[in-house]
Parts: sequence; C-alpha cells; structure tokens
Amino acid sequence: MKSDPVEMFAYYLQLGVRSLRRMPVVTLLMILAIGFGVGASMTSYAVFRAVSGNPIPWKSSQLYAPQIDNWDPRTLGPSAEPPDLMDYQDAMALMDARVAARQTATYPVSFSVIPNGVISKPFNISGYATYADFFPMFDVPFQYGGGWGETDDRGRAATIVISSKLNQTMFGGANSIGRDIVLNDHAFRIVGVLQNWNPKPRFYDAANTNGFGSEGPDFFIPFTRAMDLHLETKGANACNGQGGVGWDGWLRSQCVWISFWVQLPDAAAVQRYRSFLEGYSAQQQRAGRFNWPPNIRLRNLVQWLDFEKVVPPETKVSLLVSFAFLVVCLVNTIGLLLAKFMRRAGEVGLRRALGASRGDIYTQFLAEAGIIGVAGGMVGLLLTVLGMASLGQVFQPDIAHLAQMNIGLVVLTLLVAIAATVIAAFYPTWRAAHVQPAWQLKSN
Amino acid sequence: MIMQITPILIALKRHKAGTILIALQIALTLAIVCNALFIIRQRVEHAMRPTGIDESSIIRIKNEWAKQQTPEQLRALADTDLAVLRQIPGVIDAYATNSFPLSGNGMPMGLTYTADQPNPTTTASAYFADAHTLNTLGLKLIAGRNFSPDEIGQLGPQEMLAPPVVIVTEDLAKAMYPDGSALGKTVYMSPRPSTIVGIVERLQGPWVDNSSAQWAERSALVPFKLDAAPYYLIRVRHDQVHAVASIALQKLYDVNAMRVIDGKDGVRTFEEVRKDAYQKDHGMAVAMTLICASLLAITAAGIVGLTSFWVGQRRKHIGVRRALGATRRDILAYFLTENGLITLAGVVLGSILAVSINSWMMGAFEMRRLPPGYVLLGMVALLLLGQLAAFIPAFRATRVSPVEATRP
Repeated sequence: MKSDPVEMFAYYLQLGVRSLRRMPVVTLLMILAIGFGVGASMTSYAVFRAVSGNPIPWKSSQLYAPQIDNWDPRTLGPSAEPPDLMDYQDAMALMDARVAARQTATYPVSFSVIPNGVISKPFNISGYATYADFFPMFDVPFQYGGGWGETDDRGRAATIVISSKLNQTMFGGANSIGRDIVLNDHAFRIVGVLQNWNPKPRFYDAANTNGFGSEGPDFFIPFTRAMDLHLETKGANACNGQGGVGWDGWLRSQCVWISFWVQLPDAAAVQRYRSFLEGYSAQQQRAGRFNWPPNIRLRNLVQWLDFEKVVPPETKVSLLVSFAFLVVCLVNTIGLLLAKFMRRAGEVGLRRALGASRGDIYTQFLAEAGIIGVAGGMVGLLLTVLGMASLGQVFQPDIAHLAQMNIGLVVLTLLVAIAATVIAAFYPTWRAAHVQPAWQLKSN
Repeated sequence: MIMQITPILIALKRHKAGTILIALQIALTLAIVCNALFIIRQRVEHAMRPTGIDESSIIRIKNEWAKQQTPEQLRALADTDLAVLRQIPGVIDAYATNSFPLSGNGMPMGLTYTADQPNPTTTASAYFADAHTLNTLGLKLIAGRNFSPDEIGQLGPQEMLAPPVVIVTEDLAKAMYPDGSALGKTVYMSPRPSTIVGIVERLQGPWVDNSSAQWAERSALVPFKLDAAPYYLIRVRHDQVHAVASIALQKLYDVNAMRVIDGKDGVRTFEEVRKDAYQKDHGMAVAMTLICASLLAITAAGIVGLTSFWVGQRRKHIGVRRALGATRRDILAYFLTENGLITLAGVVLGSILAVSINSWMMGAFEMRRLPPGYVLLGMVALLLLGQLAAFIPAFRATRVSPVEATRP
C-alpha cells in the first residue's frame, strides 16, 4: 500500500502535534529554549549587522584613505601608526598633486541659523567643508541641482549643497537652487539639494563621529571658502607638540584635523598612489620638515572602518555570547529530544515491524522537531522584537535606532529556529530510527 | 554513598549520549556564565568610578553664540551669563570651561620635564579653570593653593596654551614626580614652564574609553578663560538641582536670545552626564545579566527534564530495589549522586573552557584575566543548581512503589 507522500507528511505532523501534547512541559521547555536562544542571537545579530555594514559596497574597493606621518614615528607608540587625520600642509600638497582619479579633503564645520521669524530661537546646523570631487566620488544623490565644480574650489566660491531636511526647514521643500542662504552672517548660493543621504557608518568622517551620527550632515561648502572664513573644525584637532598661534599659525602647525579620501580605480593606481605618498614623505624629509623616513599608510574603505574600530567591541562580545547561548539551548534540546524519542522506542519498534522504513521514521521525527522549531521561532521572533525595542534603553540610542526589524530579519529568525531544531533533532532521530524492531516487540 | 558510585557509573554507560549532553551543557553554561559575570563586574566597576567632583549638585549647560563676536564681546557675554547664573537662588558657584569629566571631548596634552624632551612623560587632560573652579566642582585640594583671580588669563581658540601655573591631580603629580615632591616643581606642556601650585585629590578626564584609561586620572587645571567656552558648570545646593536645571535655560535666553542651547540636552545634571557616558557599560551589564539568568534557567530546566525521563525509564528498577529493601533515602541519594557525578564532570570541563575563552578574549577584546575565584564560585553554584534541579524528579522517584517490580 503506497500512500501519497504529502498526505503522509501531513499525517506525521498530526502525529507530532499529538506526541508533543502528551508531554506539554518538556515540549514547552524545548520551545522556550529555542525561542530564547534564537531571540538573543537575532537581537545581537541585528545590532551587529547594523554597525558592520559596508556603507557603499559598489565602490568601497576603490576608496582609499591615505595617512602620512607628520609627527615622528618615535612618538607614535610601538605600531608607529600615523595619525588618522592630516595637517593642512600635507592635505593641500595631496590636493594640489592630483595623483588620484579623485581626491578630497574634508572637515566638519557648523553654523548658527537665525530664523527670520521672531518666535523661534537660533539653531545650529552642522556639515562639512570639502572639495568638488566629494560628490561624484561617494555617489552622493541629489534631489535638485548637483555638486559644485572645480572652478568653485579654485574660485573659493560661496556655494553650498544643503540636505533635504534643511531645504524643508528653510524653503518648505521647494527647489531652492540659485537662492541664497545666510549662515553666521555669510551668504551662500545653493547649487544642490541632497536626497536623504546619510551612509552608516559615516565612513568619510569616521575619525570624528565614531561612525554613527544619528542625523545626516545639513550642508557641504567648498573647503577653500571655509578657509577664507576661518572656520574652525568642529571635530578633532590633535597636536603633537605645539599648535601655532592664530589662524595662519594653526595652518602651518603639525596639528591634524583633516580627513583625506582618494578614489583609485585599479591596483596600478593604488600602487602609483602608494609610491607617490612615499615620494612626498621622502621629499619632506629632504626638505628638513620630517626628521624620519617615509611612514605612510593607504587603507581601503573596509580596512579603514576596521582600523577606526567602527564596530564597537561590545557588539562583537554580545554577538559571541548570545551565539554561545544558542548553542547551549541546542544542546539542551538535543538532550530533551533524545529522551522524548527514546521513550517511544516501543512505538518505533512496532511501526518498523509493521513495515515502516527508517526513512519513514526519520520523516516522522524530523517533522515533529520541525513543529518545535516553528513554535520556537515564533517565541524567538517575539523576543527579538522585544529585544530590539529595549535596545534604546540598553545600548547607545543611535545604534539602537540603526538596528531595525524588517522582513529579512523575520524570515531569518524563523529559518534559524527551524534549522537549529532540525539539526538538533538529527542525532535523537538517528537513534530512534536504529531501534531494533524485534527486540522492542519482545520486551514489551 | 561511595558504594553506589560503581553501579551509577555502569548505569550511566547505558545512557552515554544523555550523560554527555548534560555534562556538555553544564560545561558550556559554566564557561559562559563565568565570563559574562566577569564582564558585568568590569563594566560596573568602570561605570562606578568616581570623578572627584561633587556630582550630585552639578549642572552643566552647553551654550553657543549664534552670531560671530569679537573676543572682547565674547568675554563680556560670558561674564554676564555667569553673573546671571550665580544669582539664581540655590546656585553656589559657576564658571565657564572647555571641558569637564565624562564630557567626551577635551584637550589631551603631552607633559614633559624640559622644553626639548621629544617624548612626553605622560598625557594629561587640560581643563580651563578660574578662581571659582575648585569651589564649583567641589574638588579637594590636598596641597598648595587655588588660582588667584589675577592669575587667570584669556585665550583665543587657536592660541597656544602656555600656563605659567597649573593645579594638577595627585595621580598626575605622582606620574611626573613619583617621590611626592611635585608641589612647586615645573612641568612643560608648551615651550614655557608651568609651575605646579596646587594638587587636588582626584579629577577624572573627559574620556571613559580604554584608549585613555592609562591617564584617566591625570588632569591639569590651567588658569585661562576660553573665548566662547562651550560649557557652563554650576554647583547648586543639593536639593535645588532640578529646580535650577528647569529655570536656568530661560534665565539665559532672557538676558540674551542670540544663542543656541539645545532643547534636548543643552542643560544636563551631572547624573545625566554620567548616565550618558557609561551607557555602553550599563547596556553590556544588563545584556549579560539577562543572558546569564536565562542560561541558568534553561540548564536547570534541562536537568529536570532529562532526570525525569531517566526516572520514568527506570521505574521498574527502582521498584525492584525498593522491594529488595532500599529505603526512599537510598533512591534519593542514588539520583542526586548520579547528577552530582555528571555535573562534576561538566564543571571540570567547563572551568577549562572558561579559562580558555577568557584568554582568547583577552587578546581579542582587551579583557582582563579571569580571577580563579569566579571559576570556583561558578563551579559550586552549578553543582548546587544541578542538585536542586535533580531533586524534583529524584523525589518523585522515591514515591515509586515496590509493587512496580512485579509489573510487566
């Protein structure tokens, strides 16, 4: 008598439910164990995924952050790692040389906006001073207009690119290209309005932001214009030894405060840029400015994020601990399933004696495990949702904000729960399937 | 009891898989719980570290001016603000500064003995201070004196910081002059010497992360007012903190509206500052506690489940033993001993695992070495947990009647 396999599987599911109901406490225990394990792991995984993502995967292999040691390797600790920011002289030398396909120097600045209305208070906006290459290099999307051109860099033009949010606040979201905006008494002409753009981590300013500013930048202005306005950096300004006196003294000093990025399309370009950096440092050594042989680095974006430790160690530790927790939950489930299945050795013996193949036994018991997996997955899903909701209380709000529940995570949670339970069920099922039919019949 | 061990071992051989699984689960639980508890302790210790200031009565206001001002204007504006703040009822004192403990931003300075020493002896955090600072922060001066009002200079944003006199923390004093003779000596944080005129007991730096841990307690007060200092620090009578925090913002806007004080976190009590600064540590401790608790609960439940199963499987054997004269206590002892043996194997394996995980984490995550006390305590705790969990099914086993022996 051959029956329809689908019908048989449905029958096994029925059998499974009936068997699970016979031992409600053990069943509940297994479901909760799987649920807790999966819930903890998926919550940590969601956070980890949110902070360890590649913000610009299609281009990251071409984006490099050069570092030049302008301080003295002996003062930099055992790794002799050059500073992660650049001083003004080096940044300008690299900009002028234009050895890379694209290059930009960037630093954070901020302005106060005094609204026209009498009621509202002044507010701060923050953004970056940068070069024209920034926009094509990082594929920045525009709602209106675009970035400025190199002529604006050279002409030290008072142009500005604003975020869609600032455009909303100031112009009600209308196309504001060509209009003027006054910031700290300085007028800027709007050339572009961004789409909602805030890559996370904020790789281009990882040295300052730790990677996760909750709000995107409000504006971008030409670096050269920012120099004319004597805008100080709102980020780090690290001086090894002495800063200079006054604005010009600061620019001549060895204080580092500029992020530098280059786009290098292929390996040859990377090699060329590396030797350019070496050559530049050697030249500075000959000129007497550096008292040490070239000490440079050229990291691509992924290496840079790693170097800047953008993923907090807490996230990694939590991920590891919660996966270990899941493993314990699985070991627990294996034990309980083993007990449960072996208790039914008599039933297995009987079915085998009546002609059920080992495959049938496998299907039956794995189906039962699958039911536990689905139920455990539901509990896990609930706990993941709860876990994500309480992240804001427990972890930094900006990272909690990043980690969001989506369909992908829901499916993944259920899949992990089912897969984990079925894997856990393999050994107990194997044991059950190898029950000797005759022996069981005799002993009963 | 001892007599029973051999038959137990023989019985366990029959249940090899179940035995190994429980032992393994206990081992993993021990390894994870030990390390998680150690993480919790480190985090709690870190977050409890005192800053040295009178935390419960301090408020900080982050203020920025909305218009570009000349240095002279900025000085006048700051003086007006401070006068307004000092007049609020309940306020003891106030001053303006670049940074304060746990603020997350500040000025790390390299300190040397001479102007031309290439490598700094230590790094220290520089805090801008005036004659009001010691009183505002409630710092404990253990040697020397406070700054006098005429010593306080004025500094623009890009100007070189070259203080003629400094007040340092005891930790910084010891780092520079280990023999305790720092008072009156000079240090260099610029090409010009700075004389140490006072030593305070403790004043933590602005950063709480690992990279600055070595010099976290090494701070120097420098006698300068900063043009456009971003922070006002106010010391308030202990019971007035919230009252002052709620009106300070309006008082400042009343005197001058051309400023930006963030509505959300512009005014913060120091307790809030501390909470923000140690949020990661707090979060880690909470997460690890939750995981430990669930882990122990699940392991205990697993032991109950498997032992129950074994009891159920051996009802007949128990019946036979009872019929042959074994007392209920003997049956109870049998199952508890069995559990004890399995758990013992588990905790021995687990302690090895715990130490290896810790030594790996020391390399990968700057973890400290796990004290043996944690492992020992964990072993004892898990042995007890195992006994407790096994007691329920073991007790049920004692209720098995000798009649079971006669059933087929």
